[in-house]
Amino acid sequence: MTNPNKYRLRRTMMFLNCQKPGLIKDPYIYKPDSIMLDLEDAVAEREKDAARYSLYHALQEIDYRGVERVVRINGLDTDLWREDVRCAVAGGCDSIRIPKTETADDVRTVEYAIAEAEREFRRPEGSVLLMAALESARGVINAMSICDSSERLFGIALSGGDYSKDLQISISGTGVEFMGARQHMIIAARAAKVQCFDTVWTNLNDMAGFRKEVEIIHSMGFDGKSIVNPRQIPVVHEIYTPKEKDIIFAEKVIKEIDQKKAMGIGVFTVDGKMIDIAFYDGAKRTIALAKASGVYKGDL
Amino acid sequence: MINAVGRDIPDEILEITGKEPFQGNFYLDDKPMTKVGPTIRPIMNNKKSKLVASIREALIKCEAHDGMTVSFHHHFRDGDLIVNMVMKEIHDMGFKDITICATSLGKAHDPLVPMIEDGTITRIESSGVRGRIGEAISQGKLQGLAIMRSHGGRVRALTTGEAHVDIAFIGAPTSDDYGNLRGIGGKADCGVLSYAIVDGNHADHCVAITDCLVPYPNFPAHISQTKVDYVCVVDEIGVPSKIASGAAKPTTDQRKLLMAQYCTDVVVNTPWFKDGFSYQTGVGGASIASTQYLAEIMRDRNIHMGFGVGGLTKAMCQLLDDGMARVMLDVQDFDLDAVHNLKNVNHHRIPAGVYANPLNKGAVVNKLDYVVLASLEVDVHFNCNVVVGSDGMITGAQGGHPDTAQGAKCAIVICPLLQGRIPAICTDVTTVTTPGESIDVVVTDYGVAVNPARQDILQALREADCVPLRTIEELRDTAYSIVGEPDKVEFEDRIVGIIEARDGTIIDVVRQIKEIKQPAVYKKKGRRRANG
Repeated sequence: MTNPNKYRLRRTMMFLNCQKPGLIKDPYIYKPDSIMLDLEDAVAEREKDAARYSLYHALQEIDYRGVERVVRINGLDTDLWREDVRCAVAGGCDSIRIPKTETADDVRTVEYAIAEAEREFRRPEGSVLLMAALESARGVINAMSICDSSERLFGIALSGGDYSKDLQISISGTGVEFMGARQHMIIAARAAKVQCFDTVWTNLNDMAGFRKEVEIIHSMGFDGKSIVNPRQIPVVHEIYTPKEKDIIFAEKVIKEIDQKKAMGIGVFTVDGKMIDIAFYDGAKRTIALAKASGVYKGDL
Repeated sequence: MINAVGRDIPDEILEITGKEPFQGNFYLDDKPMTKVGPTIRPIMNNKKSKLVASIREALIKCEAHDGMTVSFHHHFRDGDLIVNMVMKEIHDMGFKDITICATSLGKAHDPLVPMIEDGTITRIESSGVRGRIGEAISQGKLQGLAIMRSHGGRVRALTTGEAHVDIAFIGAPTSDDYGNLRGIGGKADCGVLSYAIVDGNHADHCVAITDCLVPYPNFPAHISQTKVDYVCVVDEIGVPSKIASGAAKPTTDQRKLLMAQYCTDVVVNTPWFKDGFSYQTGVGGASIASTQYLAEIMRDRNIHMGFGVGGLTKAMCQLLDDGMARVMLDVQDFDLDAVHNLKNVNHHRIPAGVYANPLNKGAVVNKLDYVVLASLEVDVHFNCNVVVGSDGMITGAQGGHPDTAQGAKCAIVICPLLQGRIPAICTDVTTVTTPGESIDVVVTDYGVAVNPARQDILQALREADCVPLRTIEELRDTAYSIVGEPDKVEFEDRIVGIIEARDGTIIDVVRQIKEIKQPAVYKKKGRRRANG
C-alpha cells in the first residue's frame, strides 16, 4: 500500500540546522509544509553526533503540528549516513533526503538501510519515505531512473549549489544556468508520478528576485521550493495559492464533470471553454491546493 | 488585604503608605480630589541673576538638607549624565536619607548603587529601574520602600501631594540665563521635556542644568522661566548617541516579524481601524515592524491616522511626513528622526500629565483606539508584569504601560511565548504591574489570545479569520508543554517596593529576593580574585 503521505502538499521545505536547538524547537510557527532537519552540510564535522542527539530528541519530544519532518542525512560517500538513518528512523521522522544522489542504486542502498532501521525500531514497514537531491550533472541526467527507483521515493530536488559547481558555472540569479536541469527533472518526475522541488534562493536581501524565481518554477510545474528563511514561506505559498477565479472554475469543472458523467456526456463547455475528463485531475489539484492554502471553504 | 487582582497587600504596607489596595480601574472616576501646589520664592528683584556657578551652589541656594526629595527626568535615556552628576555632589556634601523621585532610572545610573548602600539614598520613586539599581533594591539594599508608578501616575502623585519634590533638577539641551528651557538646539537634543513639566509646576525649587546657554529669550520655551529658580551651565548633560538609541535597524528576526504581522492583522480587523483612528506603539523591533506593516495597509485602503501619540520613532513620524497621519502628540523621542520631525507643524509636544495623568479631567490616553505594548510576562488573567523579571529581580519600568492600556479601546500586548527557557505566558505573573482588565489582546509567536471580557474583539477576529486564535490558557499550556512549569521564585518576607496602580492604590508589592546559595567552588574563586 502506498504511504498516504507520499503525495502530500510540499510547497515549502525549510532547511534547519540540527546543530542549533533554537532553530528546530518550533519552526512550525512559520507554517512551512515541510522542514528539512539537516545533518549534512550545515553541521560542523565535529558536531555530527551532537546534531544527531538534538535531532533524535526533537523528533521524539516536539509536536511539529502536522509539518512534515524530513531529515537530510550525510552523503553515501561518508561513514556517517548509516547512523544518520538509524537515528532519524528511531526518532520517528517522516522522510529522509539523500544528498548527492547520482544513481538509482544510491536510492536503493538507502532504502535498504531504512527498511532495516524500521525493523530494528519497530516502525511499520514503508512508514519512512524518501526523496533524492540531485546535485551533479550525472544525477540530473539519471533523473528518470532515480524517480523510478523506489516505491518510497516521493520526489526529487535540484540542489543548485553543487550542481553549478559540477557544471563549472556560477549562479547568475537569472536561472538561465538551471534551465536544462529544471526542465529535465520536472519531465522525469511527472513521467514517474513523483514530485519535483526546486533549489534554494540564498540572497535574502533580494526578495523581488526570489519572487520572480518562484513564479517561474511554479509555472514550470514544480511542486515546491527549498527554503532557507521563514520570510520566504509566505511568498511561495502566495504564488502557489490558486486565485479566486481559478478556484471557482475548478469547482464548476468538477461538479459539471461529475454530473455530465452520470448523464453519459463526455464533452461540454464551462464558461465558454471546452471541457472533458482530462481537466478533472487538474481541477481536483486546484481545489486541494486551495484547501491546503486555507482559501477554500466549499464542500468539494 | 486581597486587592482586585488577587494580590495580598499586607496591612502594614497599607498603614505605612496610607494607601488603599487596588480596587479596579475606575475606582476614583468622578470622585472629588484636591490639587496641591508648591511653596515657592518669587523673584521680584530684577537685578537678581539665576545663574549659579556649580551644582553645589545650586544645592546650597535651594536649601538642600537631609531627608529631602530630588527629582529628575529621563529624556536623555541611557545617555543621561545629570542624575549621577547631581547625586555625586549631594553625596560629597554629606547629605543622607535622600528620596529620588525620577521619571525613570536605567543602566546609566549604576553609579548610584554605592549611595544606596551607604544610606545617601534611602527611597526611590520611579516608573521603574533597570540595571544595578534594580538589583540593589531587590537585594534589600534600599532602606526605605521603592515606589513604582506609571508616567501618568507620577503626575497624579505630584498633583495630589502624595509625592513632594524639594528640588527638581531639569536637564535641558538649551536654556537662557533666565531658565527658559527647550529640548532642541543644543549639543544633546532630546526633543521634548514632557516628563519634567510637572516638576516645574510642583517642585519647591527648580534647577535647570544645561550645556548650551543661549541668548534670552529661548523661545518658544518648553518649560518656562516662571518655573525655574536657578540655571547651572555644565560641560556635558548627555551622550547624544545613547539618547537616540531607539534608532535601531529594522528587525530581521522572523519571530518578531511574525508577531508584528499578527499584531497588524488584529488592528486592521477590529472596528476602530477606520479613517481618523488613533494609535500608540513602542520602540521594540516587533512594534516598529508592526507600524510599517500597518502603514502599507493604511495606504492600500486610504485610511489615515487621526493622531499618533507616545514615545515616538522614525516609523511613526514617517506616517506624519507622508500625510498618512494628521497629528503626532509627543511625550518622548526615541530616535533623532523623531527629534528632527518636531519641525513638522503637526507634531506637537504634550506634557506627561496631558498624556496620561488619570486624575485630571481626561488624558490623551483616554482617546486612544489602539496601543501596542510589550510585556515580560502575561498571566491567564491577562495581568501584565513589566517591572520584575521572572527571576524576581526588578528589571523594567511601567512607563506608560498601565496608562495607555487602560485608556485604549484595544490594548494589544506583544509577547513571545517563551523568553529563553522561561514561559512568558503563565498562570500567575511574578508581579502585577498592569491589571488584566486593561489588556484586550495578547499576541504571541504561537497565536493570539483575546481577553474573554472583549467578546466584540473576539467576534471581529473570528469573522476575519486573520490570525490563529487561542485561549490564553492554551497559550500557557503550550508554553509549559515546551519548557515545563517553573517553580515559583522564592522571596524573603521583607517588602522592598510597591507597585502603584495609576490611581495610587497598591496593585502589588515586590519582596526581597532570596539569595541563591552558590556552590562553594564559585565562592572560593571569587575570594581568590578579590585577594589577587
